[in-house]
Amino acid sequence: MKVNVDRQKCTVCGVCVEVCPFGAITLSETSVEISDACTLCGMCVDTCEFGAISLPEVGAGPAEDLASYRGVWVYAEWREGLIHRVSFELLSEGRTLADKRGVPLCAVLLGHQLDGNLAEELISYGADVVYVVDRPELAHFSDEAYGNVLVELIRVKKPEMLLAGATSMGRSFIPRVAACLRTGLTADCTELDISEEGLLLQTRPAFGGNVMATIVCPHRRPQMATVRPRVMKPLKREGRQGNVEFPKISEECFLSRIEVLEVIPEKDQTAKLTEADVIISGGRGLQKGENFSIIEELAQMVKGAVGASRGAVDEGWIPPSHQVGQTGRTVAPNLYMAVGIAGAIQHVVGMQGSNVIVAINKDPMAPIFDIATYGVVADLFEFVPAFVRKIKQDRGEP
Amino acid sequence: MHIVVCIKQVPDAKNVRIDPDTHTLVRQGVESIVNPFDLFAVEAALKIKDASNARITVITMGPPQAEEALRDVLSRGVDDAVLLSDRAFAGSDTWATSTVLAAAIRKLGNVDLIFCGKQAIDGDTAQVGPETATMLDIPYATFVKKIESLDERHLKVTRQTDEGVEVWKVPMPALITVIKEMGEPRMPSLRHKMRAKKAEISVWGAADLGLDHEAVGLSGSYTQVVRVFSPSRRGNRVMIQGSVEEQVEELYKLLKEAKVPGL
Ligand SMILES: Cc1cc2nc3c(=O)[nH]c(=O)nc-3n(C[C@H](O)[C@H](O)[C@H](O)COP(=O)(O)OP(=O)(O)OC[C@H]3O[C@@H](n4cnc5c(N)ncnc54)[C@H](O)[C@@H]3O)c2cc1C
Ligand SMILES: Nc1ncnc2c1ncn2[C@@H]1O[C@H](COP(=O)(O)O)[C@@H](O)[C@H]1O
Repeated sequence: MKVNVDRQKCTVCGVCVEVCPFGAITLSETSVEISDACTLCGMCVDTCEFGAISLPEVGAGPAEDLASYRGVWVYAEWREGLIHRVSFELLSEGRTLADKRGVPLCAVLLGHQLDGNLAEELISYGADVVYVVDRPELAHFSDEAYGNVLVELIRVKKPEMLLAGATSMGRSFIPRVAACLRTGLTADCTELDISEEGLLLQTRPAFGGNVMATIVCPHRRPQMATVRPRVMKPLKREGRQGNVEFPKISEECFLSRIEVLEVIPEKDQTAKLTEADVIISGGRGLQKGENFSIIEELAQMVKGAVGASRGAVDEGWIPPSHQVGQTGRTVAPNLYMAVGIAGAIQHVVGMQGSNVIVAINKDPMAPIFDIATYGVVADLFEFVPAFVRKIKQDRGEP
Repeated sequence: MHIVVCIKQVPDAKNVRIDPDTHTLVRQGVESIVNPFDLFAVEAALKIKDASNARITVITMGPPQAEEALRDVLSRGVDDAVLLSDRAFAGSDTWATSTVLAAAIRKLGNVDLIFCGKQAIDGDTAQVGPETATMLDIPYATFVKKIESLDERHLKVTRQTDEGVEVWKVPMPALITVIKEMGEPRMPSLRHKMRAKKAEISVWGAADLGLDHEAVGLSGSYTQVVRVFSPSRRGNRVMIQGSVEEQVEELYKLLKEAKVPGL
């Protein structure tokens, strides 16, 4: 399979040749040739100003029995006694989707010794029904037990959609659920909508955020997506009504071939990068490890987490758990401040989804300024301490 | 012990630049690399081979030129390589990719351990490892940064999660996806480079794997891309001018106005 080229519309301008990440396009005299290297990534489609390239058509609409699947489900992630914030975000988004479809919204809560108030909390964020499974085998996460229980619930209740957070837990066991159910799964979505035909439109970044792709799952149910934390807004409403149910699950579902030996919460809270609202990141411009204290002081003042470029991690100035970028964490906080970071593409792909990006660099040509909301050309050793003084002064602190 | 490592050839991001005005991707050349996470997976396998008597087979599903990626890892000390290539595989989503990988692993037979990278940097899905393991009906552990041997049939793996670290006991055969903390990939050696250059690489297509054309590629995929577009442009960037004192005042004011949290 390859992209389709409309030879009448093609002007042989060659722009698509440049853009193809796989080098699959070559120019011929009258048109372009697509080689077998084409992966249908779609990069060229958007680039062609003449509309000459298109993706192959999506096949026929949903088959009959797909109609027997009904309702929107959210997997409510329970960790350390609390519900992960992303689950509330998904319930609010799920509420909108369920209302558009005119179907109920359900939350699935798995764990052990679950606090009785958790289900009520899920209802206040939009759930009509909460399914609770509370078992000792679910005290610790395992892909098999968690996956099997969710698969059985889905087989019995047949929801049309399932949303889960794109957290380390969701990205680990939801693929198992999708594979067991033989259905499609879209990873790390940042936008969801419903098409006129009732299909879930799942939009996600690809190629490190350089393009956006909208993906559908036309022939299988449920339609499943993991969704990036912090892109959707949680909306709590007091006084909402809903039901809590305790479905019976077959015993064999709780079996797991792996055994959890130990769970060690990360001591260093600042490494909780993916959840932070504010991230202050340092790069090789800091010159030595001790100077990370400048970053830490600012981060502490604004209740932010500390990030780092690979440059700084490779120097051994800070542990790899702080690394942002292609081989580190992908983050999208409200404020991302890049201090002494050049802005290599591998760094940028991990943070360009941030709301406000501030770049502090003494080199006015540094590529980080290309993607900054606010750019400051300055020596970080002068600027950052002065900025900290300004905050203190404003707060009336000494 | 027989270890299989699944690798993918991806476009080299080094040659990729974002046009600051249009925010589209500008590429120079079409070089490809081995997905960086997969090199950590190769390293994980080689570490086991260093310590015991293991044979490593590397497999990739991709177009004919993905052979380069296989030769790259052969030159780092992997024993064998198989290229899974067929025009029918084009347009595969993670389900269809996993179908092909699982079929290839079954055909190899007697596999004790399978390594994948945490995710591929072109699609970033991190789904192929878990889906392949599920199809093979073997246990898996994701985001692993450390592996120790417990006994003949069990591994002790350390996973990195959003909340901290988990230590699991995993029976073999199993599939493991690895992260950067697994250790820097070793460089190709001269001896292995010579061998890699000459190595015979088998190529298996859909028929060799006993797979229907309907089950692979675009027709075997449950998800389909319906639209691809550039991300919306960022608001115009503001460069903050003046002396350091003035810059501090200005940035502080702008962030306050934008109601940035923490300030
Ligand atoms: C396969 C692969 C994967 C990678 N993955 C990642 C990844 O996940 N994350 C990542 O970050 N990188 C990654 N990289 C590395 C990336 O290409 C860059 O090498 C790295 O991001 C550079 O880090 P840096 O900006 O801190 O250092 P440098 O490039 O050295 O830049 C330092 C910057 O600090 C500025 N500076 C110096 N002194 C001062 C001062 N006193 N005041 C103000 N500014 C100053 C300089 O002008 C310069 O712009 C990857 C590379 C490869 C090949
Ligand atoms: N085409 C492929 N051939 C072999 N292995 C693959 C392929 N695609 C993905 N993988 C493996 O699965 C991992 C996760 O990929 P992905 O789910 O695409 O992010 C990669 O790091 C590889 O180890």
